[in-house]
Amino acid sequence: MEKRTDKNSYTLLFAVAMTVIVGTLLAFTAQVLKSKIDENRRIEKQQNILYAMGVNENTGENDVVMIPANQVGDAFKKYIKKQIVIQGDKITENNKAYLIDLKTEQELAKKAGYQRRLPLFIGEKDGKTFYIVPMRGKGLWDAIWGYAALDKNMVVQGIFFDHKGETPGLGANITQRYFIDDFKGEPLLDKTGDFKGITVLKGNNDPLNNDKTDNEVDALAGATITSNGVSAMLKDELSLYEPYFKNLNKK
Amino acid sequence: MGLLSKKDAALIKDPLFDNNPITVQVLGICSALAITAKLEAAIVMAISVMFVLSLGNVIISLMRNIIPSKIRIIVQLVVAAALVIIVDLVLKAYAYNLSKTLSVFVGLIITNCIIMGRFEAFALANSPWRSFLDGIGNAAGYGIILIIVAFFRELLGTGALFGHQVLGDPIKKTGLYALGYENNGFMLLAPMALIVLGIVIWVQRSRNPKLIEEN
Repeated sequence: MEKRTDKNSYTLLFAVAMTVIVGTLLAFTAQVLKSKIDENRRIEKQQNILYAMGVNENTGENDVVMIPANQVGDAFKKYIKKQIVIQGDKITENNKAYLIDLKTEQELAKKAGYQRRLPLFIGEKDGKTFYIVPMRGKGLWDAIWGYAALDKNMVVQGIFFDHKGETPGLGANITQRYFIDDFKGEPLLDKTGDFKGITVLKGNNDPLNNDKTDNEVDALAGATITSNGVSAMLKDELSLYEPYFKNLNKK
Repeated sequence: MGLLSKKDAALIKDPLFDNNPITVQVLGICSALAITAKLEAAIVMAISVMFVLSLGNVIISLMRNIIPSKIRIIVQLVVAAALVIIVDLVLKAYAYNLSKTLSVFVGLIITNCIIMGRFEAFALANSPWRSFLDGIGNAAGYGIILIIVAFFRELLGTGALFGHQVLGDPIKKTGLYALGYENNGFMLLAPMALIVLGIVIWVQRSRNPKLIEEN
């Protein structure tokens, strides 16, 4: 005798019911948790921006410790003096600039006639001014992003990278101190003052990165695509800010 | 074991060695190659799989009499995927930092052959409690292999364990590196994971001739 569960009508009914139940469950969970997740993302952005300018809780040599979530709001107000949005020649102040989604802007910028909005955060710590620039690019598997704190000559003062799904132990090491600390002191401009970027290069014979004028940083072993992605991201995203810095120095 | 009957205890013990999901059943090889470059990642993955597999096994087992056999694979996939996504969302809301470490694994868990394999081979035909034990046992067996492979890959590939340099500093040339030792960068790549895994299987089979096929 045919089993009840082998019937086509039963199978169809089961499939429909399962889709409806599981779909509802997932949509419901996502909706309930959405505000909480968004809040976590917002806090993380503030933490990362502050990390790039050197506001963090690092103690050991290899630590990457963000300022705690419950203090980040106050710290962000204290250290970030100004948030601006650059759109073409227009510069507007906007204290929600850090919430601008770079992915959306990058998509929009592909359309003709759209001038991409470029957020920039001006921070001050111990009498030094930092210009913090967000960036976003492609790694091997998925998106990579980061924040670079620059001085007014576009020399990197601090940098922070993160990624969505690079390989653990290889590409994922772009978040490690030995990689991000290498960028400190590297200029984005070449000796004549034109934009050059920083290349993440294999075998540049300078693993300790003592040479701070070569626009090069030692790459990660086994993570060529991620390393190239970082180079491309620095070049593509930070060069957009070049006019702003040129203007800054004219004043 | 007083808590479990002999038969139930075997459900946990067997997959650890003689019926190991990776080395004997040859399930879950893909993730064993992908995420064993670091010990920490391997442990996180093992725990995640244990959670999803034991819970998923129970759910499938509870539903085993009403699942239509024609679409059972799809049902299994839906259960695994829904579980993983819900866990991921909850972690993102309440344990954000942990969820960041785990985000890499979400896709790997959904497509992990061990999950589907155990749903299909065990949970569909056994009671929830036995399925639960089977899930724990298989995930533990999977975890052991992951940790063994990751231990050698991280140690020989980067000279570190859990991210701490244990052999000295490879750049400043201290410790073992002062003697001319070099890290083997090849260990970090997937092919070496396969070779390490092969060696594990070799050792296991030569210790236990029962595992060697007749022909």
